[in-house]
Amino acid sequence: MNIVVDLNRCQGYAQCAFLAPQVFEMHGEEALMYLPVPPEDQLERVRRAAAACPVQAILVGEEAGADVR
Amino acid sequence: MSGDLRDGRIVIVGASLAGLRAAETLREKGFAGSLTLVGEDPRPPYDRPPLSKQVLLGRVPAEDTGLPLRRPVDAQWKLGVRATGLDPIEKRVLLANGEQLPFDRLLITTGTRARPWPNPAEAALDGVFTLRTSEDAGRIAERLDAGPRRVLVIGAGFTGSEIASACRERGLDVTVAERGPAPLVGALGGSFGALAAKLQRAHGVDLRCGVTVTALTGNGRLTGAELSDGSRIEADIAVVALGAIRNTEWLAESGLAAGPRGLACDAGCRAFNMYGIVTDDVFVAGDVARFPHPLFEYQLLSLEHWGNAVEQAEVAAHNMVSPGPLRRPHLAVPAFWSSQFGLNIKSVGVPTFSDQVVLAQGSPKEARLVAVYGYRGRVTAAVSVNQAKSLEYYQRLIETAAPFPPEPVGTDRPEPMTPVPSDVPDPAVLSHGPTVALTGHLPDRRLTLVRR
Ligand SMILES: Cc1cc2nc3c(=O)[nH]c(=O)nc-3n(C[C@H](O)[C@H](O)[C@H](O)COP(=O)(O)OP(=O)(O)OC[C@H]3O[C@@H](n4cnc5c(N)ncnc54)[C@H](O)[C@@H]3O)c2cc1C
Ligand code: SF4
Repeated sequence: MNIVVDLNRCQGYAQCAFLAPQVFEMHGEEALMYLPVPPEDQLERVRRAAAACPVQAILVGEEAGADVR
Repeated sequence: MSGDLRDGRIVIVGASLAGLRAAETLREKGFAGSLTLVGEDPRPPYDRPPLSKQVLLGRVPAEDTGLPLRRPVDAQWKLGVRATGLDPIEKRVLLANGEQLPFDRLLITTGTRARPWPNPAEAALDGVFTLRTSEDAGRIAERLDAGPRRVLVIGAGFTGSEIASACRERGLDVTVAERGPAPLVGALGGSFGALAAKLQRAHGVDLRCGVTVTALTGNGRLTGAELSDGSRIEADIAVVALGAIRNTEWLAESGLAAGPRGLACDAGCRAFNMYGIVTDDVFVAGDVARFPHPLFEYQLLSLEHWGNAVEQAEVAAHNMVSPGPLRRPHLAVPAFWSSQFGLNIKSVGVPTFSDQVVLAQGSPKEARLVAVYGYRGRVTAAVSVNQAKSLEYYQRLIETAAPFPPEPVGTDRPEPMTPVPSDVPDPAVLSHGPTVALTGHLPDRRLTLVRR
């Protein structure tokens, strides 16, 4: 599972950083930095973070083109 | 809706952000025909913004940037192969491996590439890089890990500034050379540029503006650079961040309105041919597109923005499977973000489409502010620093062509609110590309009358 955050939409509310701190982190006061490929054992937390994001900016999904490699 | 639009053969050339999002949208809208994605990069679609941020900081390996799927695309992927031409009459895409791909509708999402260092021998020196692909980012990150004595960044646009920021955060010495008067002026104008210059210097960047790099020196390996003011810099790594070149060369013989500023299209993402006649089977989206926008006098816009690639791809895909009256225009207000030196910079509208700018909220000293741009008395753009929550409000002002300067809002408004010239420079005097450009109404090439 991979993630991408629409950072145009993200308003730095930091809910995700609270729910999955190993994957999402505030860099400075407002810039969100994240791991596009979260560790397996974090997926449950990532899903919860995606659901909690107030602007629904986090997309979680199968890596594109995984089947062509 | 007509059944045949949901069927047939669709080819997408350019398998990155725009190509992927279009493929997903086609399937979502019920396209049941054959779908082929052609990409020169051997890697399936990945996300570029992390390359100059997380990856250069060493927090994320360059390979760990693959884009997640929104839904299955059930496509044939042809990766690691370049499209070399387009036959619009036979409706075929020609590939570098000799293959020909017939299509009923074509989507062009070939984006941009990094502008290379103009001197090929110097560009070939070990230690000289550009940054566009994940492979580039991986190689630069590896060199940064090795602890170079100094990194030289040539060009202080968004990419160059983010690279410099990552270097400083790693504790590396970095020199930034920019021909223009300040960083970021190409996209945000002179007033904002002055702020960016202060920010870089406060973070220990050796920023040199108003100079050009006249030579990269070394013997096989880069050792330094010479500047136009006669000074010399010792550096083991140089990252050339001189902006982007649109990948349109492969369309040179196609008869489409393709040139250095992109491939021109209508508001519905349909490509124009070189006579200014709109095609109905060739669509375009993302960084390679040049499209008219009603908020900016219908001038053709060229954007190098993540959000535009996604939104335009969705509109293009929708229109590829919808009959005329159900087609949608691509009218989204341009928007982008950048994070550098610990700050979150966000923009809506087109800051270069302005004559004045006003500090509407916050202050540079607190590193929290909103600058609002106006053109002939109406709001055309807003840029926030660590104040993203305010931007939505200004976006509405832009969409409704509200009067400039705007009514004061919030409790943190500066006194007095005095507009100053936004000081947008001629892009020709900059090292970096503007990433958002108004490109007028004219085609890139002049027509010549051909008599047969
Ligand atoms: C380092 C970096 C940082 C960025 N940071 C930000 C940011 O913070 N915020 C923001 O808004 N935007 C940012 N961007 C811009 C954003 O990544 C782009 O707007 C986006 O990638 C555009 O997507 P695209 O699909 O239109 O084009 P591209 O991503 O350029 O993809 C085009 C694809 O087409 C392929 N191609 C080209 N020619 C051919 C051919 N002839 N045949 C076959 N395939 C071909 C290429 O290999 C490429 O994979 C950044 C870009 C970079 C490079
Ligand atoms: S929860 Fe959503 S809005 Fe908040 S920081 Fe995370 S992605 Fe951004």
